[in-house]
Amino acid sequence: MAKQVSPGVLALRKVVEDVYADAREAKKAGKLVGWSSSKFPCELAAAFDLDVMYPENQAAGIAANRDGEIMCKAAEDLGFDNDICGYARISLAYAAGKRASRKIDLATGEYVINPASGKPLKDENGQVVIDPETGKPKKDPKTMQPYTVLDDIHEIEALPDGREKDLRREAIKPYRQMRMPQPDFVLCCNNICNCMTKWYENIARMCNVPLIMIDIPYNNTVAVDDTNVAYVRAQFDAAIAQLEKLTGKKFDEKKFEAACANANRTAQAWLRVCDYLQYKPAPYSGFDLFNHMADVVTARGRVQAAEAFELLEKDLEEAIKNGTSTTPFPEQYRVMFEGIPCWPKLPNLFKPLKEHGVNVTAVVYAPAFGFVYNNMDEMVRAYYKAPNSVCIEQGVDWREGICKNNKVDGVLVHYNRSCKPWSGYMAEMQRRFTADLGIPCAGFDGDQADPRNFNEAQYETRVQGLVEAMEAKKAKEGNA
Amino acid sequence: MSIEALIGKFQEASEHPHRLLTSYKEQGKKVIGVLPYYAPEELVYAAGMIPMTIWGSNKKTISLAKEYCATFYCTIAQLALEMLLDGTLDQLDGIITPTICDTLRPMSQNFRVAMSEKLPCIFLAHPQYRRPAFGLQFTMDQYNHIKKELEKISGAPITDEAIREAIKVFNRSRAARREFSKLAGQHPEAISAVARSAVFRSSWFMVKDEHTKLLEELNEELKKLPASDWKGAKIVTSGIICDNPKLLQIFDDNKIAIVADDVAQESRMTRVDAAETGDPMMALAQQFADQDYEVLLYDEHSEQNRRGEYVASLVKDNGGQGLVLFMQQFCDPEEMEYPYLKKALDAANIPHIKLGVDQQMRDFGQASTAIQAFADVL
Repeated sequence: MAKQVSPGVLALRKVVEDVYADAREAKKAGKLVGWSSSKFPCELAAAFDLDVMYPENQAAGIAANRDGEIMCKAAEDLGFDNDICGYARISLAYAAGKRASRKIDLATGEYVINPASGKPLKDENGQVVIDPETGKPKKDPKTMQPYTVLDDIHEIEALPDGREKDLRREAIKPYRQMRMPQPDFVLCCNNICNCMTKWYENIARMCNVPLIMIDIPYNNTVAVDDTNVAYVRAQFDAAIAQLEKLTGKKFDEKKFEAACANANRTAQAWLRVCDYLQYKPAPYSGFDLFNHMADVVTARGRVQAAEAFELLEKDLEEAIKNGTSTTPFPEQYRVMFEGIPCWPKLPNLFKPLKEHGVNVTAVVYAPAFGFVYNNMDEMVRAYYKAPNSVCIEQGVDWREGICKNNKVDGVLVHYNRSCKPWSGYMAEMQRRFTADLGIPCAGFDGDQADPRNFNEAQYETRVQGLVEAMEAKKAKEGNA
Repeated sequence: MSIEALIGKFQEASEHPHRLLTSYKEQGKKVIGVLPYYAPEELVYAAGMIPMTIWGSNKKTISLAKEYCATFYCTIAQLALEMLLDGTLDQLDGIITPTICDTLRPMSQNFRVAMSEKLPCIFLAHPQYRRPAFGLQFTMDQYNHIKKELEKISGAPITDEAIREAIKVFNRSRAARREFSKLAGQHPEAISAVARSAVFRSSWFMVKDEHTKLLEELNEELKKLPASDWKGAKIVTSGIICDNPKLLQIFDDNKIAIVADDVAQESRMTRVDAAETGDPMMALAQQFADQDYEVLLYDEHSEQNRRGEYVASLVKDNGGQGLVLFMQQFCDPEEMEYPYLKKALDAANIPHIKLGVDQQMRDFGQASTAIQAFADVL
């Protein structure tokens, strides 16, 4: 049976589709399109009506569409080491013009189908159809895909006009993240990592476009000192001046305020949606939140994003009333998933959790995108508090807060090869979770975008270990 | 002193920083450990204490540090933590922890947590906007914080006069190191790659004026030498660090002279001096602002390939025939800048090799083959 999708989720999907579609339209119309890091203050660009795309969201989408590896390898061929963040590698390959494409037979104009792709064919009773000749399951031809090959838009554009050029243009994979327009400017805020600085410098160099930078140095205290606020506040002014020069327009205070109001409304609705995971059992899974992150990243300054999250809230309210959940299994254990998910391996992440009745009811992204503020100085303080820019005490406090509120039984920690700042103090955090909350933690090695860094067997063993520890703890508590 | 005797002194300090630390403590001095990069060591000196930079170790193995970090982190930072945990650095009176890369950011927290009952950890976050007034101000704010924390450790205020004096001492040290780099390149028969590294490395451990005094003496001796008739190859090195004598011996064995470097532990940190007059805190902030062509720092003109082209001209200007890049494993900033360094080198027809290194390396067989093959090409 097809999964029921609620009106809120449909609205959220449409918001992101529209963001990409608007940017493609803007590019066609000769308007400027920018690329921005996820936690750059989008409110500033909105004041100039600029269309902005988000390479982190794009890279996650490319990875989830199984093209992470071919794009990562393309970046490696350009000289970027395979130790560099997978998002950065995918994005840099894309910026250089590399694209995942469908293999095409230029003589016939047909795509060359990969016989290893596709799902088994099922009969009217839902039984897998066996090929009598081979004794193996038959493939459903509708689900079979062409081979994936790497192409290069600069190579394509250098071709003379004609059939090959048209076919190769068309063969680029049609999903939105692989059809994102190239940038006319870049917006970088390095609050989440320093890699971002070099990543955007490289894009600026490759594409010969201006870079507008907001530098948020790492903070060692829970409070944000006034000197730090002054430093970043001055950069907002400098960024506005750069944007005025770039667009030839004056900073539009009204548009800025509208974007701020929308961003606050989106953030608040997002936080309320996250809070529904506090219900036991939860009306949905934290994995759904990962999907909705696209909206907070790409559209938090748009009123449609706020409205869609508010609609989702209503759906969740209804689910609570009716006692339903989108989690496709009975919830036996509740865990916090620490870190960015392994996008290319989402089904593999989900499988052992489902088997053991483990629902993800807390993810760190909940507080990480809850930027709420009332004025420009508070906005600076809000953007100062990104997941990787805060000290260990703040990081632990956020996580322990959601662990308590969302009533988790354990923590599953992703040691993400792509994210040094995130994984860099996780071992100490794990010790604190166990000491402060008395809950077991298990870590596994993975990567947010490069499937080569994920070991499924290790992951399954670690999940099993965590489940056993949670089970033992429950049994002990039951006996007490 | 003879060239050999002077080099012997630098090698002793370079190889045995722990002996120096012990001797400073025996003299009743306070010592501050300084993590890379760009910490204002002048303030430590001005406080009457001795700064010793912690550049990891070529002799230790990561063991205790595993309790804090996963494997995919730069070994310089991991081995610094290892030495803090295993007691090697117990005699220190405090450490300064800059956070200019993605490894040092979370590591600053690990250092602080691990040392919470042992050592004061002084936090430092440099701004990437170094040059505008607001950037200079933020550097000053950060340096004032460090000054205050150092005063707590030393127990006495740091005067402007003392900072000015420290700036003079450090400028003189940098000038001597810059001159040495040139002279070493002109006289490779007298200064081997191993000795060259020891001179730079020891400058991070010795009291600066003492190091400078010996180095100025060495420079004078080198100037007296007749012009060199070097038959081997001449190269420029680049990277974060290349201070393993066993690795550098391969260069000497293959008659490869290092005529200049773009190495963080060596010349990158000697390029810019601080003003000796005016507000000394501003002078230090301005000195950081003037740093350039650096993988760790933001380039406001990033649409150009300034750093790559700078390194390429460093090779040309110093008569290098090629470049050897020591790629520190898991160093994002170096890795992110490699494609454009390569582009600039290729455009200038400068051959190069990239050698993956880390401080846990004990077997240099592969590096030896690569360096030998590179020497043959040159």
